[in-house]
Amino acid sequence: MDNLESIAVRVEDGLDESLRTDNVWPLLRQIEQALQSLQESGSETVIDLGAMPFSAQDEQDLRERLGRGEVNATVEAFGPTLVQETAFAGVWLVEYLDAEQRRLTLHLQIARIPDLLITPADDLADSLASLRRANRDFSAAPTEDVQ
Amino acid sequence: MTDNKTLAERLRERGVSRRGFMKFCAATASMMALPPLMIPRIAAALEQARRPSVIWLSFQECTGCTESLTRSHAPTIEGLIFDHISLDYHHTLQAAAGDAAEHAREAAMQENEGEYLLVVDGSIPLKDDGIYSTIAGITNLSMLEDVAAGAAAIISVGTCAAFGGIPHANPNPTGAVGVSEIITDKPIVNVPGCPPIPTVITGVLAHYLTFGRLPELDSLNRPMVFFGQTIHDRCYRRPFYERGQFADTFDDEGARKGWCLFKLGCKGPTTYNACATAKWNDSVSFPIQAGHGCIGCSEPNFWDKGAFYEPLSAGRWGTPAALGAAVVAGAAIGLGSAALARKRQAEASEEKDI
Repeated sequence: MDNLESIAVRVEDGLDESLRTDNVWPLLRQIEQALQSLQESGSETVIDLGAMPFSAQDEQDLRERLGRGEVNATVEAFGPTLVQETAFAGVWLVEYLDAEQRRLTLHLQIARIPDLLITPADDLADSLASLRRANRDFSAAPTEDVQ
Repeated sequence: MTDNKTLAERLRERGVSRRGFMKFCAATASMMALPPLMIPRIAAALEQARRPSVIWLSFQECTGCTESLTRSHAPTIEGLIFDHISLDYHHTLQAAAGDAAEHAREAAMQENEGEYLLVVDGSIPLKDDGIYSTIAGITNLSMLEDVAAGAAAIISVGTCAAFGGIPHANPNPTGAVGVSEIITDKPIVNVPGCPPIPTVITGVLAHYLTFGRLPELDSLNRPMVFFGQTIHDRCYRRPFYERGQFADTFDDEGARKGWCLFKLGCKGPTTYNACATAKWNDSVSFPIQAGHGCIGCSEPNFWDKGAFYEPLSAGRWGTPAALGAAVVAGAAIGLGSAALARKRQAEASEEKDI
């Protein structure tokens, strides 16, 4: 067979992309309530977008509604995680990908800062010990004369 | 064989950082269909989770369930969970064969008496003393009873092990049945599907690793977190159903526009499974997204419930002429069942949140 045109099947472009589930509006109201809770009581909210019917078009609509804010971070741990502040401070999109760039899940996090960006307390002791070891090695190393 | 390393220690050995571990927990929560609020609890429990021994018995089956589980591309959450268990017997995957394989099973049973997990795929023939399927000269029935006696719990993977499946279909020449018709004194979780979704299989294993017990179950012993709602409840085509927009043939305007497949025989309204959200092939798609209705493969006797291409309402009301009324009534039933399913799932979440 020479090329794809010789196959008597026509692919309809853009079929799924145009589908909407009507879930964006209730979600925006949920985010509004969560943001109010964050402001009034400091209470954080995480919404798993993978747990509800949500089409590619819905996601695009949501991203357009929320816009982009000032902070954009990538966490490289067990594959990349993309952390994007939206135009509404305190509303974050956290996209978890595996090492092959496949999405594990997509969270909306309503918080002052997403947990994943905070240095884990358990790592501080390891970090301090590691830095002390590095400094000790550095001070013990012979210095080279600079010409 | 089992060792004393925790899952967190194993991930550390693989160079997964604390942030990576928390990410693993977030993905695991999503995979188990648990709310994100549970992530810290999952992390605390998984830090201490030990490696359980698992004996996997395959009876009258096509190996599709094992294919489903092992076809995912590494490294995945499913892979990491699956790597963490000690799979001591699985005659398709293990290197040992013949007597050595059976000795491995016996050794695992002896070493982990009362603590190992038994996973079964395939149905068990009962007719003529079960002679229609044997392994190493032992009937499936005898091997199941022997291994189940020392198991902590049993996971029936696939519709064959859960409900008899295709071997059980009329006229059922081998007298095939599911595990729960034979074993009645052990906790049994049914993970039906032909095959089941890999993340659902590992989700049940992850739940056991995380909480040290099996998840909440529905009346058919299926985990509520995955089987608490119908395909229809979570289908992205549901709005078309509500608006009365249906595809009438597989190549009409409705089909091209992605309208509801109810009239083409979709069994989504009566089928409990997670396909619409977990999806297949690394979450690329699921049958309805590909343009074909659900065939209800996670329900008992799905093979004998009538044609896959007749609408559910045709079975209820009989003639295509009554279809219009059936669709309206079906919408009401769908909404009612959706409300009931949400209530059931909410109850399951409350029970878990202890």
